[in-house]
Amino acid sequence: MPKHETPMLDQLETGPWPSFVSDIKQEAASRAKNERNVEFQIPEDVCDDLLGVLELSYKHGRTHWKHGGIVGVFGYGGGVIGRYCDQPEMFPGVAHFHTMRVNQPGGKFYSTEYLRQLCDLWEFRGSGITNMHGSTGDIIFLGTTTPQLEEIFYEMTHNLNQDLGGSGSNLRTPSDCIGQARCEYACYDTQALCYDLTQTYQDELHRPAFPYKFKFKFDGCPNCCVASIARADISFIGTWRDDIRIDQEAVQAYIGGELKPNAGAHMGRDWGPFDIQKEVIDLCPTGCMWMDGKELKIDNKECTRCMHCINVMPRALRIGNDRGLSMLVGAKAPILDGAQMSTMLVPFIKAEEPYDDIKEIIEKIWDWWMEEGKNRERLGELMKRQGFQKLLEVTELQPDPRMVQEPRSNPYIFWKEEEVEGGWSRDINEFRKYHQR
Amino acid sequence: MDYAEAKEKIISELSKKKGKTKFYFNDLAKILDAKPRDAKKIVNQLIQEQVLEFWSSGSTSMYGLKGAGKQAGAEGE
Repeated sequence: MPKHETPMLDQLETGPWPSFVSDIKQEAASRAKNERNVEFQIPEDVCDDLLGVLELSYKHGRTHWKHGGIVGVFGYGGGVIGRYCDQPEMFPGVAHFHTMRVNQPGGKFYSTEYLRQLCDLWEFRGSGITNMHGSTGDIIFLGTTTPQLEEIFYEMTHNLNQDLGGSGSNLRTPSDCIGQARCEYACYDTQALCYDLTQTYQDELHRPAFPYKFKFKFDGCPNCCVASIARADISFIGTWRDDIRIDQEAVQAYIGGELKPNAGAHMGRDWGPFDIQKEVIDLCPTGCMWMDGKELKIDNKECTRCMHCINVMPRALRIGNDRGLSMLVGAKAPILDGAQMSTMLVPFIKAEEPYDDIKEIIEKIWDWWMEEGKNRERLGELMKRQGFQKLLEVTELQPDPRMVQEPRSNPYIFWKEEEVEGGWSRDINEFRKYHQR
Repeated sequence: MDYAEAKEKIISELSKKKGKTKFYFNDLAKILDAKPRDAKKIVNQLIQEQVLEFWSSGSTSMYGLKGAGKQAGAEGE
């Protein structure tokens, strides 16, 4: 018998998709049974009350959560988010229901033992409800009380070798794709760079002094599996600067049907025989591919790394050998200003330890944004307000045609007096010789 | 500015503000008249000494004098 009637939540379970309502009910039932005799440190019926307050919010069309708080672990300004319910008498189990963010492992590799330890800890000291790798990328522990925070932090840092993630006006938990661990498209070791920058910027991760949130995301190739280009203030996207490697025999094997296109990913229905012209060459956004008799040719200098041809024919086409990454900046979701995708800032940089060149650029960007950014202004908004030219100035990078998204997208690049031979001054008499008044 | 002087300045300026108990990092840097990175060193130390405390909405962080404004006790904790 559930503690609260939840007719509207129950409806959510009737759809064809897995439902979070069923998940919470399952956890509520498991806590009620408590087969493993866990000494719950927060109310046993926390999940029932969570369902109850959510049902009430649906009924009222308003939230019953209050905003923020001062709770945290000592010395850290992020990683814990205070959450309080504004109906504590009705739902005492969720009167205090703080969120903890936990830094996810690189590439989201787990051992089952580690997952079990996390879950056991959270059943014991929290609600048992987690949100694994939502939009923040990290492990979210949903719902505990203040006295549990330091205990959980101690257990994680001393026994699980695990740190909290970022929240608030901090560097957020850096997030990476699976990278070279399992993917042949990865142009750099995403996990190594992600780990290195996480360690280097511990102070930025845990002690908020930025105008707002700041996100790093690492994609090994332009397929962008972690969507860095849409979500990160700095997107690190793997690329290469030499030629796509072509295995002409494998190209013929795709044409002849011996190899399945897209590594067999779309075999659920019969699409007819593979047509390289229609399915690859004609879909190249820059039209830089053609067949020369039986040979596939690519004009590599026109390639924009869309990855389509490589995705369709992975055995025939491979990423180049001279690899590194592009740094794009300023992506964000709409809060103050509209949504923005990242803008190309560094077309190519080698990703080699100790990554000093990359860190130099990051720190120049931060110095500018920390000084000039308004409260709650993301980097992408500052770039729009002060201009891309200003960003180039502070990062000491030279303008490059690859930074231009399309012709005329930003015509306001001006020369400065010191960049022009002779400056702005002129001899008016000399000028008048050639130009009548 | 040495640390003791900075601490004094922060406490007196933040105490003066009526009706406001939470401040952005930039407000503190302005009071200290310091570059953000230098201000951060002082602010971090003030947190360590528990002169200041963090407040977070989850997306934005702010700072307040320890004990000022709404405290966890007021939430029934």
